[in-house]
Formats: sequence, structure tokens, C-alpha cells
Amino acid sequence: MAEVLVLVDHNDGVVRKTALELLTIARRLGEPSAVFIGPGYDTGKETMAQYGAEKVYLMESADVTGYLVAPIAEVLAALVASKAPAAVLLSSSPGHKEIAARLAIKTGSGLITEAVDVQAGEGGTVRTTQSVFAGGYAVQATVTKGTPIIAVKPNSAAPEAVTGAAVEEVLDITISESAKGAKITDSQPRASSGRPELTEAAIVVSGGRGTGGDFSKVEEFADSLGAAVGASRAAVDAGWYPHSNQVGQTGKQVSPQLYVAAGISGAIQHRAGMQTSKTIVAINKDEEAPIFELVDFGVVGDLFTVLPQATKAINVTKG
Amino acid sequence: MNIVVCVKYVPDAQSDRTFNESDNTTDRLGVDGLLSELDEYAIEAGLKLAENAAGAEESTVTVLTVGPDKAADAIKKSLQMGAHAGVHVNDEAIHGSDAVATSLILAEAIKKIGNPDLILTGMASTDGTMGVVPAMLAERLGLPQVTLAAQLTVEDGTATIRRDGDLASETITASLPAVVSVTDQINEPRYPSFKGIMAAKKKPVQTWTLTDLGIDAELVGLAAAWTKVESFAKRPPRAHGQVVTDEGDGGTKLAEFLSAQKFV
Repeated sequence: MAEVLVLVDHNDGVVRKTALELLTIARRLGEPSAVFIGPGYDTGKETMAQYGAEKVYLMESADVTGYLVAPIAEVLAALVASKAPAAVLLSSSPGHKEIAARLAIKTGSGLITEAVDVQAGEGGTVRTTQSVFAGGYAVQATVTKGTPIIAVKPNSAAPEAVTGAAVEEVLDITISESAKGAKITDSQPRASSGRPELTEAAIVVSGGRGTGGDFSKVEEFADSLGAAVGASRAAVDAGWYPHSNQVGQTGKQVSPQLYVAAGISGAIQHRAGMQTSKTIVAINKDEEAPIFELVDFGVVGDLFTVLPQATKAINVTKG
Repeated sequence: MNIVVCVKYVPDAQSDRTFNESDNTTDRLGVDGLLSELDEYAIEAGLKLAENAAGAEESTVTVLTVGPDKAADAIKKSLQMGAHAGVHVNDEAIHGSDAVATSLILAEAIKKIGNPDLILTGMASTDGTMGVVPAMLAERLGLPQVTLAAQLTVEDGTATIRRDGDLASETITASLPAVVSVTDQINEPRYPSFKGIMAAKKKPVQTWTLTDLGIDAELVGLAAAWTKVESFAKRPPRAHGQVVTDEGDGGTKLAEFLSAQKFV
């Protein structure tokens, strides 16, 4: 059975949930081979084995860290040439998509991004589903040339624990000087909120213009549900919440089990970032707000009274 | 400094965007189109850099687009904002091109425009939204890419950007020439002034075909795409859920709904 390469997204070895989802999807197409680049392998190797990696290709060299995406694309291109995988899976994050873009050109392969489902098609093809035009259409597509390169959105599969052999192979690949053209010269870690990561969270609670800049009730409600906190563009542009938490066309695209929009009217740009959520709930003072067209449950009312009441009730239920 | 800004003419997100039934491509003719709003940030960034560059008088901002006749509107708007010249690659064979083919056409057009110091793009188009063309372009031109810039400075032949990632805020440098994409955080795009609108009418716009660029028509268009849309389906509108008006118990009802759905 052919290998399927999975580029593992991790933070100093802590493997992100999206990578486990990719290993699960890879098993539908062939034998999962994890590609682990950067420091922290000792931390991550157990997890990769637990989620079905049969092989692990390892590259901890400083030639790939400290630069932008081009060196990683070179590593993957070398693997595509030597291992002839059935497909290459990456996450649909901006960095991974750019690696995928360079890899596609290097290997003469078709690229599909933002896949929400990936299945084996007829005759060894890979069939993807994407959600396009702000979630208005579902599109089925296949790669018709080269090695299918697929960037998959978070939450597109439930990670399945299956023991894999995780046989290590340390890569000895020379990175070209031209791939080192873009250097990371400074990195200021973001203070952790202690909440789940926005794109991976099962529940997202977002606040908008209706918060008037006070996100405390949104955050308390989110914490009662163990949710990530998002914000509309209006709230971010007003300086009320960081841009890294923005949900929408120019921020994060999220697809959680539950999305709660508090004080967000629901412009098309916001909908582009959340319309594929399984269950949608909104709280808004304006009963005409377009967000109510999308909801499974809505409350016409003031978020400053509705959210605290709901938070209290949820905390009582949880005991 | 010579800057090329790549822009795209896209279907208006406010209109009913759809596909062509015959070949599963994006419908670009049946709906209103416009300059992709995310590209306006790249134009603004280019204009600011050119205005503040040493030798501002000799600095040029050239906008480049690939698309059908109507895509000329994207060039026109860019020129009204203040770009100096436009290049429109227009050829029937381009219809249905994917990001791979688009990056080939852009790369060849940039070579023909001639050795810019900087190539600017928006963060993604508002229709395809892949965000991969800047990286593909950099790969084809053999240049470094610094993408998703929330800040951009150019000094002594080096571009420096700040980008705000999930885990960290990073400073990234690349020597010129380089491909730089910018986010909507970088600036506030200017509106065309009356003077700008009048001046745009006299600015040079060149229209090139694939032949002008020496590109084999077999390499672009729908038939040459490395991916294929097998089918598309309009998602059924979401079933209208229950909307209650808060009469003092809205929060309680919300909590009850979430409990019933097992979110608590």
C-alpha cells in the first residue's frame, strides 16, 4: 500500500489536533507517514505512533527552522520524489498552504486547499469536498496531475487512536541557499489565554459590535462551555480584541460543533468564517440582524443580560 | 523603486455568486464584479512605498491583472487610486485557469514588465480564497516570499514585515526582489480623488495575450488545470431555527437549548 505523507503541525513537539486528524484521514488513502520538522521530536513521537503513523520522517536541522516555508517545501519535494506517495496532506493554515503551493509547483502536482472532507476515489484518486462562496456551495474536486496535495481544514475528521509502527527515518536533505531567502529575525510569543485554539475548538463564542468593547460577559460564557473566544472584524478594527481572534474572511475560518455569535449582525464577510459550523446560536438586540437567518437557536435581547443568565444556569447544571 | 501589484477582478461577494453549469467554473460574467477588496491594501502599500522612496519621482507602481475584458475595471480603479501604469493579460484560452496556471501567467508577465524590486499582492482573493498564488509566484520566479504582512518597511534593499501568527508575532526579512503579501491590517486604502479619476484616463494600460508572453495556450485554461471540479451543489439554506425574544428568561432558555443539544 502506498504511503501518504502528513506534514505534522506541532509546537516544539506538542502535536496539534489538526495533525491527528490528518493521520486519521491518511489511513483512508494508504499508510500514514508523518513528516516531523523542527525541534521537539521526543515530545511528539509517542502521539504520532498512537494515531497510526507507520513511518516518521525526521528533520530537526536548523536549516529548516528560522526560515519561512521554502525549506520545508524542499524537504517535502525530496520525499515526494523518493517515496512516490499516494498523496501529501497538510493543514489549511496559512503557513502550510504556502508550503503546499511551492510543493505543487516543484513537483508539477495539483493542489486543493480548504478541504472539509477527503475520501479515496475510483482508481487511486483522491476526492475532496470544499465549502466555497462563504459556505453557499459544496464542491467536489479531484487532483488530475502529479501527486495530490491536499490542505485540510481543522475539524474535518475525528482523530482515531490506532497504534502505528512509527519507524523513524532521519532525513539528510541539503537545503538550497535560495530557500533561505526569508528569515525570521524576531518572534514574540503570544500570551496564552488558556482557552482552546480558535480553529481547533469544538465550541467558539464570538463577540461583535454589540459588546461595545466589553468582552467580559462573552469570555465568562465561553469559559462555562470550555470554548474559544472569537471576535468580528468590527470588534477587532475597534481595537477591542486581538486580530488573531478574528473570525471571518480576513481572519480565521472556523467550523466548530457549536458557534455562538453575541452582538454580531452577520455580514457576508463574517459568515464566510463560520457558516459551516454544525450548530449556530446568536444573541442580538436587533431582530432583523441577518445572523438570525443562520441560527438553530436565537435570542433577541441584550447580551449583557442574556449571557450572564445563561452562564449561571450552565455553571449550576455542571455542578 | 519599481513595484508590481498583482490584482484580481472578482465576483462581488454581495451578489449571488455561482458556477457555470457547462464547465463547473466560477461564473465571472453573469454577476457584478469588482477589484478584490483585499487587493486595495496591496495597492495602498505600494503607493506609500513609492511615494516615500528615495527617488520617488522615478518610482513606479504597475498593476497587473489576468482576466476577461471586464477585469479592465480592476486596473481602472487601481490607476484612479494612484498606480502609474496597468498591464492586463487577456486571452480566451485563460478561462478556467487554476492557481497554478494563473501563477505561470503572472510570473511571465512580471518578467516582461522587467525586474521589479518588489511584487505585492493581497492576502487572498475574495472568490477562490486559496491564498497560494504569492507562494507559487515566488517559487516560479525563484524569489523569497514574505507573506501576510501587517506592517511592511523597505530599506537598503531589504523588506521587513511583521506578521501576527497564532502563537507569536514575528519579524521576517527578505532581500529584494521579493514577493510580499499584505493583510487588511496594514493600512487604510485611499479612495480615488476626483483628480485621480481624471488622471487615470491618461495613464498607460497595455493588454497582452498569451502569445505576447510566449506562453503555450495548452499550459493554461480549464483543460490544463491540475485539479478538476467534479460537481458543485448549492447548500440548502439552513433550516430556520427557533428565535425567542428575551422576556427576562432568554439566558435560561439559551442554557436549556445548549443542555438539550448536549453542549453542557
